[in-house]
Amino acid sequence: MFGYYFDLALRSLKRNKVLTALMVVAIGLGIGACITTLTVLHLLSGDPLPGKSAQLFYPQIMPDTRSKTEPEGEFTYIDATNLLREHRADRQAIVVSASVKVFGPQAGARPMSLSTVATGNEFFPMFDVPFLYGAGWTQADDDGRARVAVISKTLNDKLFGNASGVGRSIRLDQWDFRIVGVLNAWRPAPRYYDLYGQGAFASGDDVFIPFSTSRDLAQLYIVGNGMDCWGTLTDPVHLENQPCVWLQYWAELDTPAKAAAYRDYLVHYSEQQKALGRFQFKAQPLTALPDLMQWLDKNGVVPSDVRLQTWVAFGFLVVCLINTVGLLLAKFLRRAGEIGVRRALGASRRAVFAQLLTEAGLVGLCGGVLGLLLALAGLWAVRQQPAAYAELAHLDLRMFLVTFVLAVLASVLAGLLPAWRACRIAPGLQLKSN
Amino acid sequence: MSIRPIFAALRKHKLAAGLLALEIAVACAILCNAVFLIRDRLAQMQVNTGIAENELVWFSADGTSGDAATPIVERNLAALKGLAEVKAVAVVKSLPLSNNDMNFNATMDAAGKVSTPNMQMLIGTSGYLQTLGLKLVAGHDFSADDYAGIDAWQPQSSSMMVTRALADRLWPGKSALGQGFYVDKKRYQVIGVVDHLVRGELRGIASEYVALCAARPSENLSSLYVLRVDPAARDRLVREGSDMLIRLNPDMLISQQGTYGELRSSYFASDRALAWLLGVICVALLVVTALGIAGLASFWVAQRRRQIGIRRAMGATRGDILRYFQIENFLIVSFGIALGMLLAYVLNVTLMKFYELPILPLYYLPIGAVVLWLLGQLAVLGPALRAAAVPPVVATRSV
Repeated sequence: MFGYYFDLALRSLKRNKVLTALMVVAIGLGIGACITTLTVLHLLSGDPLPGKSAQLFYPQIMPDTRSKTEPEGEFTYIDATNLLREHRADRQAIVVSASVKVFGPQAGARPMSLSTVATGNEFFPMFDVPFLYGAGWTQADDDGRARVAVISKTLNDKLFGNASGVGRSIRLDQWDFRIVGVLNAWRPAPRYYDLYGQGAFASGDDVFIPFSTSRDLAQLYIVGNGMDCWGTLTDPVHLENQPCVWLQYWAELDTPAKAAAYRDYLVHYSEQQKALGRFQFKAQPLTALPDLMQWLDKNGVVPSDVRLQTWVAFGFLVVCLINTVGLLLAKFLRRAGEIGVRRALGASRRAVFAQLLTEAGLVGLCGGVLGLLLALAGLWAVRQQPAAYAELAHLDLRMFLVTFVLAVLASVLAGLLPAWRACRIAPGLQLKSN
Repeated sequence: MSIRPIFAALRKHKLAAGLLALEIAVACAILCNAVFLIRDRLAQMQVNTGIAENELVWFSADGTSGDAATPIVERNLAALKGLAEVKAVAVVKSLPLSNNDMNFNATMDAAGKVSTPNMQMLIGTSGYLQTLGLKLVAGHDFSADDYAGIDAWQPQSSSMMVTRALADRLWPGKSALGQGFYVDKKRYQVIGVVDHLVRGELRGIASEYVALCAARPSENLSSLYVLRVDPAARDRLVREGSDMLIRLNPDMLISQQGTYGELRSSYFASDRALAWLLGVICVALLVVTALGIAGLASFWVAQRRRQIGIRRAMGATRGDILRYFQIENFLIVSFGIALGMLLAYVLNVTLMKFYELPILPLYYLPIGAVVLWLLGQLAVLGPALRAAAVPPVVATRSV
């Protein structure tokens, strides 16, 4: 039956080419705009670590009294190292990054400015970071402030061609580091683990070194991009005892029970610090434990313009759909005679309804093809933008399917009202007037 | 020509006419707000930074560490000054719209009770006011003694300048000269007022809250070199300047460089992109709406061929038929506009909740209405002319 309706729809659409083209163009434009903006939104707001993001948490405490409602988004050195030492989560790591001047092993080479992350050995298993050669450093390296580094595949290829750089060394500013591991291609977008670094969608990090070592070599100045002080800053290089928050801290908690226990632990820790005279709060300490997605949301990682343009695109689609409803209505009602004959020959209302919806769906399918082409053009235009995420804007298989589902769904929705009106036509009246 | 028969006919097509009016209403609401957003962004992009924008070239390097920083940076500055067509050089802490600024809060009294709003501190080396092209409206420039060292982040010299906007905020109705504020017990005193200077990023009303201090080059003031040059020589000096710096300092890393125009343009890149996208959607919206009106009108013309023929046979002129369709369209569009204005306002209030947007000025509504009326008339003209061309003889034929 569907095949027959499909054939009828094709014939009907061919009969009035201009009108069909109008509807296809309207749906195509609307779908094209929506898919373009949705792809960008999806790119920026998707889960960067599906399957694991619910087990990753960002603890927050309040070492000062500046806010009554929101705990700090970063940590002081003292608190971050206290939590790290007490080691209450399944895995945990301090994260802080900066651009560092890096020299390759070749003599006389120009220095490079590379994004360098100072963190702990548990960073790599916690965030499922893939290794191409070697592995992350060990707890002993963290404790011993070893001068070891993990580098990205990009940097390895640049410095050592296709060979493994493990065992070779690179120079950070004036200090030599031994390479212990090379990452496989890894560029999460957003860079969820380091929102206070160089932008959530900056290109990937190239060097990873132990946090303890980065404090040993304070002149490397790996202090992030969001240092925030509430008292007098007396030494901007050695931040260990300064009244400043500047470190990020991640904890992996594998079960909800552990997460609940960790919440209690943060409260308990704050009370303990109050007893030591460090924290000052009246009744309850300010703490929070958002998971990864909540943390991204809290930090407004998706630029508000991107949401705005998605809304505008959907508004445009609504206009296109109302347009299509009007045109389909005119078209179906014009065919009152034909529908009357079909009804008189025994077609049920349901059959007429299905036939008309098939026609609407076919318009949507054609609109989807046009919309897909427009979305590809739109995404090309997005990639020409200088925004940091621009180069990542590609149509993936999921959005490809979403395009057609959305197009057909929208057009069938647009066809509902006209089809309902058309199938209520009384056959007798139509036959008489003919 | 009476409107009543048109109303009567429209009542027969309630659904289709209502849909058209709804389409126009939604289009009107989106158009008004989109154009308003575009103009808001374009207005932001016109901001006056207060510096000699088309004469500036800058190099952002990794800085020089240690006690030798002062002589090394001074040597670099002298070498850059020696390049042809360079008028002045300086090292500064940040540039307007560079997305990079050092913000601080001070207090108006020594006891630290009354705080100032959040401000930016700009520090620069000898002669940086001339290099940036800042205009003094009161007081005098820094003296040679003011270019002293920096402790942690605070300049040692107590002389500072403020922008006029900051002076008006901190000491309204008074002369700012001789006034001061405290940063951790240290008093800074105003010796001059600068006409305009924008922060590293725009912050609405606080965009020009800048305090300007002086210091000599040091470890903390060694990375951002600014050259004031002949506008015609800008591109050449970007190349020559970075070559010179690298020749003098083989290990120096220049992470970014360019003319000030490029820096400004990249600050507004996302605003420009949004304005473009909204503009494209506005045009598409107008086209789709026009096509929708034309399509539906064509259908009505085809549907009413016989009635048109009868009217013509009974003495209606071509002009009457033409006007009938034009008035009909005018009525439908007017309904749409009335509803659209309401929607536009609702949308604006909703947007204001999520974005920093002022209220939609009232004059947008009549302009939007005129645009949509014109669009409607333009779209209906073709079908209406076709209707007017229907010969009276149609009345005598059966369907």
